[in-house]
Amino acid sequence: MAEIVSLRDAVANLIKDGDSVAMEGFTHLIPHAAGHEVIRQGRRDLTLIRMTPDMIYDQMIGMGCARKLVFSWGGNPGVGSLHRLRDAVEQGWPAPLALEEHSHAAMANAYDAGAAGLPFAVLRGYLGTDLPAHNKTIKSVICPYTGEKLATVPALRPDVAVIHAQKADRRGNVLLWGIVGVQKEAVLAAKRAIVTVEEIVDALDAPPNAVVLPRWTVDAVCLEPGGAHPSYAQGYYKRDNAFYKAWDPIARERDTFLDWMKRHVLGTDTFAEYRASLGRETVHA
Amino acid sequence: MHDRAYTADEMMTVAAARALKDGTVCFVGIGLPSAAANLARLTHAPDIVLIYESGTIGTKPNVLPLSIGDGELAETADAVVSVPEMFRYWLQGGRIDVGFLGAAQLDRFGNINTTVIGPYDKPKVRLPGAGGAPEIATSAHEIFIMLRQGPRAFVDKLDFVTSVGFATGGDSRVRLGVATRGPTLVVSDLGILTPDPETRELTLTSLHPGVDVERARAATGWPLKVAARLDTTPPPTPDELEALRALNQRTARAHGSDA
Repeated sequence: MAEIVSLRDAVANLIKDGDSVAMEGFTHLIPHAAGHEVIRQGRRDLTLIRMTPDMIYDQMIGMGCARKLVFSWGGNPGVGSLHRLRDAVEQGWPAPLALEEHSHAAMANAYDAGAAGLPFAVLRGYLGTDLPAHNKTIKSVICPYTGEKLATVPALRPDVAVIHAQKADRRGNVLLWGIVGVQKEAVLAAKRAIVTVEEIVDALDAPPNAVVLPRWTVDAVCLEPGGAHPSYAQGYYKRDNAFYKAWDPIARERDTFLDWMKRHVLGTDTFAEYRASLGRETVHA
Repeated sequence: MHDRAYTADEMMTVAAARALKDGTVCFVGIGLPSAAANLARLTHAPDIVLIYESGTIGTKPNVLPLSIGDGELAETADAVVSVPEMFRYWLQGGRIDVGFLGAAQLDRFGNINTTVIGPYDKPKVRLPGAGGAPEIATSAHEIFIMLRQGPRAFVDKLDFVTSVGFATGGDSRVRLGVATRGPTLVVSDLGILTPDPETRELTLTSLHPGVDVERARAATGWPLKVAARLDTTPPPTPDELEALRALNQRTARAHGSDA
């Protein structure tokens, strides 16, 4: 049952060292504030799960939070590589990172299977690719009706799902809209769920068929206005594409990365303070 | 090409855009394919249906998205669906005419690599990975591929097969159990390649103006087959160039720096 709590308390109480954590968001509504809080609290040995790991996972990997990444596309969209992810994979810095690599179709199906309480997902996929040779979780079944060979992947059942949404009401019911990615599936597949929101309102006024996560599917709701920045929240603020571009040179070298993280994330107590710290210097270089 | 009124990238984008027919349902990869698909929509194909894997169906962005899920895509879409629905109902369900992909590496049978350069466990370069491409490559009715031609991109042997084209050629794609047509068109900054009907090897069928066969061969990591009748791609028209440049200028302004 959702409790409206601070993000600090939510992370402290619901995310433990060694957990599998899915911080989802498909370009839109990426939970940056929550990722920073995980870094501040020094979580270690996490299995990070996300279809599209981008800047926030780059920061968490570079700060040593993760030992494994389950993913299907890892990059800085439209800009280039994730330099901290690459450094971890190519050089083992700051720690070696195990990869479990999928396609988008397989991961989307695996979340769906997790939400549906099934042990595995089935799809017409992975035909002719080298991915199954490097990811032993990818297997196949023969369709009992047609004889077609279909790919299978195990259901994703994260210990914790973390998402950002536009609104919650005062009882903790959550509403999100726009590009909704796999967030609903991730929350329903996970054992525990944290949702950060742009605002907490008296009434959601959700239209029928809206993506609503009822309060009894969520453990913590945290008010974090702007908490998806530099990704975006439809109806609130746009994607800060210039910030994604500015991240590339910051993350390229270990020392510039660590210096930036110390000044803006470790050196601040909240996401609001972090945002204020960015305002004091030019990050949009 | 410096004496021409357009760049090689502009020629590539225009040539790829022309290949998309009006009314086509096109699953669009980010980057070069996104520019070409939107140019098609803004010129000869106003009723093309552009779909991005973020869940946006029938999107009509005024500027090119930097990411596959920019807000612009959702705001201008006919419908926005969840990512599981996108891959299950719309792609796997067989509703996509053309999957339009980019690549880091391409081989002579139109297989593509976007995963690693070097060995998987000790990569020289860790690339972003598969994304939607493996299932786009096998579930869309046909595939267009767009990438700049050079010996490190057009390679003799892929370091990793991320998304299958014609596998090892001939009927090997069919024998893998793939029912769709595969890569019917590759557009580069030098010319256009299409698969041989028998061997399925990519064959140079058109050169862009000012490019000769020797240059195309030098930019290809395998012995490049050249069609008996080699066309010259018609240069961009003033209307095509104007539409493309206006799109790029709007995009650069919107993203706060040079696109």
